[in-house]
Amino acid sequence: MAQPIPLDSMHTSGPMSSARSHNELTAEVLHELVEHLRQNRTQLREEWARRITEARLLTAMTKEEIFAEATSVYDNYVEALATGTFEALQAYSRNLSERIIPRGVETHEVVGIVLLLRDVLARSLFSKYQADFTKLDRILDAYEPAANRIANTVAVGFVQERERVIRQQQEAIRELSTPVLQVRERLLILPIIGVIDPQRARQLTEQLLRGIRTNRAKVVVIDITGVAAMDASVANHLVQTVEASRLLGATVIVTGLSPEIAQTLVNIGVDLGKMNTVGDLQGGIEQAERLLGYKVVPMAEAN
Amino acid sequence: MEVPILKQGDILIATVQAALTDTDLLQLRRALVEKAARERARAIIIDLTAMDVMDSFASRIMRETAHMIRLRGAETVIVGIQPDVAFAMVQLGLTMGGVTTALDLEEGLEYLHRKFTTIL
Repeated sequence: MAQPIPLDSMHTSGPMSSARSHNELTAEVLHELVEHLRQNRTQLREEWARRITEARLLTAMTKEEIFAEATSVYDNYVEALATGTFEALQAYSRNLSERIIPRGVETHEVVGIVLLLRDVLARSLFSKYQADFTKLDRILDAYEPAANRIANTVAVGFVQERERVIRQQQEAIRELSTPVLQVRERLLILPIIGVIDPQRARQLTEQLLRGIRTNRAKVVVIDITGVAAMDASVANHLVQTVEASRLLGATVIVTGLSPEIAQTLVNIGVDLGKMNTVGDLQGGIEQAERLLGYKVVPMAEAN
Repeated sequence: MEVPILKQGDILIATVQAALTDTDLLQLRRALVEKAARERARAIIIDLTAMDVMDSFASRIMRETAHMIRLRGAETVIVGIQPDVAFAMVQLGLTMGGVTTALDLEEGLEYLHRKFTTIL
């Protein structure tokens, strides 16, 4: 069960006669080490949980939770030492990060607890082998690189998970900033608010064209009341979006142009025959309804 | 690769199956313009769903085809341009001015049916 740790991926130092005997020696020493950690599981685990509370780490979690997690981390830790494979530990640290990140656990806490465990275990090794310094030296030669790698794995797992969450949120914000809404069968509205930079403009186009296809839209109202001004390149992009929509068979109505944007469009020389513009969103929707053959009347008149 | 041209009542439907070379495009134009009159078609639908790229040559040939067919007495609807392709074309200034476009074959057929029934 105790397989040798892949030594090529680890840095070790210490006296050795040949690489092969060193391999065997390390495996043997690690095996002894793992046995020691298994035998003293209860005591070391408690010691570790106590040190975590003392250091005021993981304050977002209750004592029981800390102890439960400490147990799992301890077992995974010993397992990684015993087998020399880090996949299980990697998966566990990802899973742990997934659970604790939403509760506001910080990077320094996660790194802190793993380093504490490293410390607790090292101390227990010191006290066990204090009489036999040569043996302690060999044990540490085997233990240190593996422990470092474990600490690394857990910390990297945590940071990766955090980055994944951040990426996901960025994506969500980006999508929220350009909603493509269907208001009637085959009629889409794209309200744009705020500053449009080239990247956002590109994304708007992409979402609109995709929206036209998935909703099978015939008319699209792009409302830019919330955009104070745009530079020539973004204005050009807007015109291109209108033309691309036409190639997909949809008519675009642009509403709410500010005087500045109107000026920009005239300056870049937009062909006004191609561009359908209406003063405000209400007018735009009314015209869109006419194009689609709708007629909105008050209930009293309809009856 | 030859593009099959199907007859559906008054309408001819040409569905592009794969990327076309310049020769294929010219051949398609010749076939469509010739067939439009021979089959007494009122309209022609060119389905470009399978085209991943539309360069300036392809766009020009499509536009010219539509105009030639107009002169031969039928109407052309180009359908199935992909969103990415549409935007790339517009950025290259290939806007297919004066040619009717529709989302897909279904939309194109519906457009033509509506148009024919209002004329009749």
